[in-house]
Amino acid sequence: MGSGHDQSETEPEVSAVGRRLATGAEPYLYTAPVLILIITVMLVPLSVGLSYAFRDIQLLDPFSGGFVGFDHFRELKADRNFRAALLNTLIWTAASVALQFIFGLILALLLNREFPGRRLVQALVFLPWAVPTFLVGLDWAWLFNPVVGPLPGWLFTLKVTHDANNLLAAPGTALIGPIVASIWWGIPFFAITNLAALQSIPKDLYEAASIDGASVFKQFRSITLPLLAPTLAITILLRTVWVANFADLIVVMTNGGPADSTQTVASYIFTVAFRRLDFGYASSIAAVLLILLFIYALAILSLRHLIMQRQS
Amino acid sequence: MTIRMLRRTLYWCSHYLLIGLYVLFALFPLYWLIKVALTPNDLLYSEGIRLWPSRTSLEHFRFVLAHSEFPLFFRNSLIVSSGTAVSVTLISGAGGYGLSRFSFRGKPLLVALMLVTQMFPLVMLVAPMFRLFAPLGLTNSLTGLVIVYTAFNAPFATFLMQSFFDAIPKELEEAAMIDGATRFGAFRRIILPLTLPGIAATGGFVFTAAWSELLFALMLNSSSRASTFPVGLLSFVSKFSVDFGQMMAAGVLALIPACLFFLAIQRYLVRGLTAGAVKG
Repeated sequence: MGSGHDQSETEPEVSAVGRRLATGAEPYLYTAPVLILIITVMLVPLSVGLSYAFRDIQLLDPFSGGFVGFDHFRELKADRNFRAALLNTLIWTAASVALQFIFGLILALLLNREFPGRRLVQALVFLPWAVPTFLVGLDWAWLFNPVVGPLPGWLFTLKVTHDANNLLAAPGTALIGPIVASIWWGIPFFAITNLAALQSIPKDLYEAASIDGASVFKQFRSITLPLLAPTLAITILLRTVWVANFADLIVVMTNGGPADSTQTVASYIFTVAFRRLDFGYASSIAAVLLILLFIYALAILSLRHLIMQRQS
Repeated sequence: MTIRMLRRTLYWCSHYLLIGLYVLFALFPLYWLIKVALTPNDLLYSEGIRLWPSRTSLEHFRFVLAHSEFPLFFRNSLIVSSGTAVSVTLISGAGGYGLSRFSFRGKPLLVALMLVTQMFPLVMLVAPMFRLFAPLGLTNSLTGLVIVYTAFNAPFATFLMQSFFDAIPKELEEAAMIDGATRFGAFRRIILPLTLPGIAATGGFVFTAAWSELLFALMLNSSSRASTFPVGLLSFVSKFSVDFGQMMAAGVLALIPACLFFLAIQRYLVRGLTAGAVKG
């Protein structure tokens, strides 16, 4: 990419037409690599994957591959597991994102003030983000296990639970495990983005407000929140979509069980694809999830647009 | 006056208390990982819930380093993650600059395409990708993984880089261009050095993401010669029966590079993001 430009640098005598052509092409030269990459490596396989939703693709069956029309979607409509997975996805995503966000915001507010040892603290509390997700799942599964982990005993002593059993083993409580693990792992992400957003708010705004006698809480409500809101909307949007699609922790910690009680749509896709090796049906579930997330994204984006219009 | 001082003391007490709780919450699971890795096999279950075993040993670490394929997996992961980090920064740096500085026909479409890539479960790409990659010799190859990870991380990294470039005034390179530099020359000599923290942050972010990826590493590379670390950790379980001590020891070793990398870049991550965060 660079060589073409260097040549024109050494030859200033280009015709006007040529130069205009070169300037017109310039934006495309910068953006072409990323465009080509996502089209060939992501969007082409995505369309192939979407076409599987209308075909019978069984990995171990060489005679599969025929078109089945909307059969998969009809099957999906009657699929009890899928409906349960939809509800679980809602709980899993809402709880994970909301708690990651709230704890991340509190942490960011704490780190936004100068104090001795702040740098060290910041490095330590951001560390979970660097841990590979399957290792996160393994570690927390271990911590929740009454034989090798301390948590059940502690929770029982604190009277949070009635017994010292593994909460991952009971259908009613199993989803709590992956949610806690995802909070542990995800707090740094929101802390980092919130901290960055906080630090870009001009300090004199707060000074002016405190001269006017506004309380810390009032300052937070009338300066911090409104200025943070546009960034937050985008971050939360991307994060929600990402968490909804994120199956690692559930697959590692509960494998969707016990008795499919923790199956989210994403982990259900994983199960159908890699346990049942039915890629056609898995693709049709993925297509539905894609559409739902798309609707959600459009809703958030138009909401943000509305708020920003009202502000200006 | 005294009431104000009291309130201030109270505030800082609760501030430090909360900070302490956060640090404890963040570090305890990591501590447990290390504790399990250091516990000898015979005490693994009998002293499972003790905070520190009565005896520790490095046997798990020794075994993992000397008798397993761990060093190979480690090397593969290092190659794949650094390769991905370098290629994503190059591609997204260029793309982010293009998005930040120009408005051109097809730009909204490009942005929309990049957003779409963030929307769907990547699981659905596994089967088609295997079919497309196998004839090209890109399965069971580290290059194939680098390509896949580069594509997965490029859209987000491009948005990130765009926000870094947005924070640098256009006038800087316009001045250089008036002085006779081409735009690319101005980009290379003036803008690039200014965004180095942002680039470091993006690179580190991508490195850790590639370091942890499991699904595609598992599906595309079935031979152990081309396995990355997470896959190796899984194979541990089946090959040597489930030896959790060794597994945790390997896990602890795997954490080291990712954590070092992360500790080095986390400051830039905040500083870099600050630059363009509240652009809306």
